[in-house]
Amino acid sequence: MTKKWTIGIFVVILIGIFAIPFLVNAGRVDGDPDVSLDTPQINALEVKECIEPTDYMRESHMVLLDEWRNSVVRDGNYEYRSQSGQIYEMSLDETCLGCHSNQADFCDKCHEYSSVDLYCWQCHGTIDEENPNAVIENGDDVLFTEKA
Amino acid sequence: MERRTFLKAAAAVGATSLLPVSAMAVSSAMASSGEDAQREEPGVVDTYDATPKQWGFVIDAKKIEELGVMDDMIGACNHAHNIPQTGDPKTEVKWIWAEPFENTFADMESEYMDEETLDRAYPVLCNHCDNPPCVRVCPTKATFKRSDGIVMMDPHRCIGCRFCMGGCPYGARSLNFFDPRLYLDEINPDYPTRTKGVVEKCTLCAERIDKGEIPLCVEASKGAVLFGDLNDPDSEVSRALKEAFFIRRRVSLGTGPNMYYIVSGGAENA
Ligand code: SF4
Ligand code: SF4
Ligand code: SF4
Repeated sequence: MTKKWTIGIFVVILIGIFAIPFLVNAGRVDGDPDVSLDTPQINALEVKECIEPTDYMRESHMVLLDEWRNSVVRDGNYEYRSQSGQIYEMSLDETCLGCHSNQADFCDKCHEYSSVDLYCWQCHGTIDEENPNAVIENGDDVLFTEKA
Repeated sequence: MERRTFLKAAAAVGATSLLPVSAMAVSSAMASSGEDAQREEPGVVDTYDATPKQWGFVIDAKKIEELGVMDDMIGACNHAHNIPQTGDPKTEVKWIWAEPFENTFADMESEYMDEETLDRAYPVLCNHCDNPPCVRVCPTKATFKRSDGIVMMDPHRCIGCRFCMGGCPYGARSLNFFDPRLYLDEINPDYPTRTKGVVEKCTLCAERIDKGEIPLCVEASKGAVLFGDLNDPDSEVSRALKEAFFIRRRVSLGTGPNMYYIVSGGAENA
């Protein structure tokens, strides 16, 4: 009898431990990330569309960017023809971040939501609209901004 | 549901759903062999001119001195490529800089040389060597030689091991000891910076050459530095080398440097 009781108690404790994450998050509602398209360049566009359809960009922009990077840096190619036949320069700095100049309200929104930690911005996208010459400290990357 | 009826139903569903798929495959194959093939495929457009070349410079240091363009050449590169100015020789990052004769051509220096030649400032930068030791020692292929002769850096792949810095006999490579953005007064938004722990050097302005422009320092030199394909006997650089006496840095090491320095009589021969 005592043995059964001991087993029972530990089973309950174990279930309790496994239930902690569910209990902690119970009732919490995380809405979809709220990305902003309110930047000067996007507002100036007549037809507000990205280089490829939004669904594709949402799912596969990282694949596209990886291809762009290798094409430009390693193969010396700079042009990309979109599905619609339009030619774009393969430049993260000029093409992508030219429009999406609001890292905190665009890029970071989804990356934070999906716990993706990136360091593109250590090198790319340097401009703080109000203060173009300012050094931008990117959250976790403060490590990289210690002067000697 | 009985097993037999389930299998029958499954077979029926399978057959009907396969039909349109195979029909679609056939029709799309026909379409792509027809009009669609003539339309240009979406994706990366191959614009790189892959004909083998060897870009090089012919540098007339005397003319640089006369025109007083050295600072413009260095400044143009520093600004366009976001090169940090750490202000400390131990941690400085250099793509192009000036050195006196004894540092540029150490093995040719002599006490009997005329002082003007000895004291003159010579612009030094990566030599985009024919046989680059930096490329041979790099364990990640972060540095590589392109078919047009440019020894290129891919900072995304660089792990900061510094083998290439040991391999390069010209000191043309620098490590970022700090976040370079701390040492930039003004950031050029059209060119990326690098990060701490990455090696960088002159890229011969590959981003400009690929768009048909000449390197920035050549542009800023107002004709004191010539740029062109050394493999092409009719290029400006090849012709200039036929008409003047020139030296290169540390040729005996076998790296095959492609920066040619005209030493004397530059004004008459240019
Ligand atoms: S000069 Fe140095 S960095 Fe440039 S290609 Fe030659 S060995 Fe490599
Ligand atoms: S420091 Fe970077 S470029 Fe140099 S050898 Fe190492 S990985 Fe290659
Ligand atoms: S060729 Fe371009 S990258 Fe190299 S030193 Fe000149 S300006 Fe700088």
